[in-house]
Amino acid sequence: MMQQDTHPVGLRIRGGTKVYPGTVALKNADFDLRMGAVNVLVGENGAGKSTMMKVIAGVEQLTSGAIYVGDQEVHLASTEDAARHGIGIVFQELNLFPNMTVADNIFINREKTRYGVDIDRTAQREATRALMRRLEHDIDPDALVGDLKVGQQQIVEIAKSLAQDARILILDEPTSALSAAEVEILFRVIEELKRDGVGIVYISHRLEELIRVGDYITVLRDGVITGARSMQGVDIPWIVLNMIGDASKDFPKTIDHPFGPEVFRAEDVYLPNGSGGFSVNGVSLSLRAGEILGIYGLMGAGRTEFVETAMGRYPHARGRFTVDGQEATSPHVSDRIKMGLAIIPEDRKQDGLVQILSIRENMTLSSLGDLSTMGHLDLPRERKTVGDYVKQLLIKIASPENPVSSLSGGNQQKVVIGKALMTKPKVLLMDEPSRGIDIGAKAEVFRVMRQLASEGLGIIFVTSDLEEVMGLSDRIIVMSNGRITGEFTKETATETALITASAVGHAVPHQKETVS
Amino acid sequence: MTAISTSTAAAGNSSALLVLLKARTFIALILVTAFFAAFAPNFLSAANLVIMSKHVALNAFLAIGMTFVIVSGGIDLSVGSIVGLCGMVAGYLVLNGIDVGLGWSIQFNTLEICLIVTAVGVFIGAINAFLITKLNVAPFIATLGTLYVARGTAMLSSDGRTFPNLNGNADYGSDSYRWIGAGDILGIPVSIWMLIVVGLVAAYIASRTPLGRFIYAVGGNERAAGLSGVKVNRVKYFVYMFSGLCGALVGIIISSQLVAAHPATGDTFELNAIAAAVLGGTSMAGGRGKIGGTIVGAFVIGVLSDGLVMMGVSSFWQTVIKGLVIIAAVVIDQAQQRVQARVALQAQAAIQ
Repeated sequence: MMQQDTHPVGLRIRGGTKVYPGTVALKNADFDLRMGAVNVLVGENGAGKSTMMKVIAGVEQLTSGAIYVGDQEVHLASTEDAARHGIGIVFQELNLFPNMTVADNIFINREKTRYGVDIDRTAQREATRALMRRLEHDIDPDALVGDLKVGQQQIVEIAKSLAQDARILILDEPTSALSAAEVEILFRVIEELKRDGVGIVYISHRLEELIRVGDYITVLRDGVITGARSMQGVDIPWIVLNMIGDASKDFPKTIDHPFGPEVFRAEDVYLPNGSGGFSVNGVSLSLRAGEILGIYGLMGAGRTEFVETAMGRYPHARGRFTVDGQEATSPHVSDRIKMGLAIIPEDRKQDGLVQILSIRENMTLSSLGDLSTMGHLDLPRERKTVGDYVKQLLIKIASPENPVSSLSGGNQQKVVIGKALMTKPKVLLMDEPSRGIDIGAKAEVFRVMRQLASEGLGIIFVTSDLEEVMGLSDRIIVMSNGRITGEFTKETATETALITASAVGHAVPHQKETVS
Repeated sequence: MTAISTSTAAAGNSSALLVLLKARTFIALILVTAFFAAFAPNFLSAANLVIMSKHVALNAFLAIGMTFVIVSGGIDLSVGSIVGLCGMVAGYLVLNGIDVGLGWSIQFNTLEICLIVTAVGVFIGAINAFLITKLNVAPFIATLGTLYVARGTAMLSSDGRTFPNLNGNADYGSDSYRWIGAGDILGIPVSIWMLIVVGLVAAYIASRTPLGRFIYAVGGNERAAGLSGVKVNRVKYFVYMFSGLCGALVGIIISSQLVAAHPATGDTFELNAIAAAVLGGTSMAGGRGKIGGTIVGAFVIGVLSDGLVMMGVSSFWQTVIKGLVIIAAVVIDQAQQRVQARVALQAQAAIQ
């Protein structure tokens, strides 16, 4: 079907290493990017995919190693440099201006002008129409980008790269926000770009999608390339094996303890999203005291939305929640906290902490009611309580009066956990508890989770890390497209089964088109 | 400049510098007072100090309310107009009472008048909060709207005329209305006593109650506060209603001091209140600010303008100087933030 020589190597990385303070994101990577083909890149979160692409796109620079475009070594000091070499990137979070028109967005910072001042809107409009014709899309150049659907915005982003004559196009999780029909359109566009000889790098977590669209595959694990080959004969087990490896990270030993009675139950939870569908679509589950329930799924599967709905963040959501036999009536967060729920949010910066306040003030924010009598705060008691939790959770701080922003990620996470525990919860909802913290701190967090479960706390934790969910959970629920698509016990859970379940609903509806 | 150059020194120096920077508003107040004591005759006389503190009190009231609003991440432009409208309501009630038709009218005593006027101020604050929380209007715009509405209503209430001779009527128990502005307890004017009470209550709320902590949390990160169980909307209602209350108090005091209510009273007072809060170290981004700092800030502005008047500096120059002082305050505040962040990071690095 395809021969190596029909796809010349357009860009090479040799011995690419990228070191960030504290971690090595990319170790001695050799990567060939083939033109006129889709080069698929796969790996778990933090495996180094994005780092490698940022290096190619000029966003980051290699600590050591070299990049060659054709046969020539290049130094890509900025995105402009990369663009000059014909490299364009479409980030997962779109970098568009919703308040400007499609044409304005495509030509941002490279406006077509008369005499260098007056923007030639007619020329821009014409060029935009030509690009849209090429991409088989009927998007009005004068439409506001904010009015477009996400799929169309993605097309605008791609057009922006093409307008810079991109010969190499990097697509970082382009389908994470697209509907099945939009994915089809995107794949058609990709086919066409391939025919034009454009080299495409395609990053995604959706393995079936990768197998359908890819010509070459590169698998990364912990910054190391663990597999690189043509897509022929590649199947999901091969990818998973290379993604996960045999060596497992160190998870704390399960402390065997009997589970208590049911402590949390959710029934028929629906959360409407903006575009007429449901982010959470009829989810029901239950949890027993002392049990750790892992919810695995891809980004956008509705996991975060589910735990936030349970917490009462969305008043317009439907469904029944019961905590310890008591049904939730008010949709307000503070009442859910009173019932015994507590959340560790996914985004520590945005949802977990008030960066400007001190460690002490952050920790007690949810339990000030218990620390005061008749509206009078008992400051000595507050200080003492904070001290107790700091000791218990082994948080390393110079003083509880320092702003929480002075702490490292892991210690910040422990402050958030301390805040949640201080409310004496019966059920702890943890959304990606290990996100953005180093390995040592991760182990600490996991140890705390195990400890809490053995003390009888029910824990629901959300993760997109396979190893984590398999290593920590007593029971695993997989979500995809807002629905529960699989439930596994410790015994029945396998990596392949989890990944397959997490892709339900994303399965590509048509057979792979034959490539001529 | 010294702040910048010494900031590269060792950690010990940083901490000492931090103390100086934190006390900067107070130091400024001492410097300004010392300067005028030396160059303006009679500046430190008891009579002058009383007059000056009466001036300062008016701005300090508004600035206290404004501090809560700004700390919560908002802004209240309507306080000046609330002063004007509340003054007119007070004037109307003292002069006419409420006409119930058929030649009857209800007259009120001083306490009742004060309660009604305060209720009006709090009500306008509640409207601000309603617009901001339920209708999702940006605080700047919502309170700009109520600024105009309240000012226009004040003008309409008298067709733009002044309510004169608010001496009250002993028969109705409203003759004591003048006492609020002119009277004193133990030689200290009533308005100063009121400021002390309001200031202490506000400082207590800010530092020793869950409500105060919530105000800071909402201003620092509204989403995180919400997910921590803070009732964000209730907090916002409180700060705007409290700001309205402060505006009403100032309206009462001014109309009582002047024994007249003019509908244009309080014009641009909101700007002075913002200036005092900022001078006192309140961050316009929300989440940071202290009631004590704001009161000192109000005193710096008040002492500066009264002192310059006594020295015979033209009012045009006064305006320029006031502006420069505010800018300098914010620049120094930035330096303080940098030093503070570095001291905290050093302390944290030392234990890891």
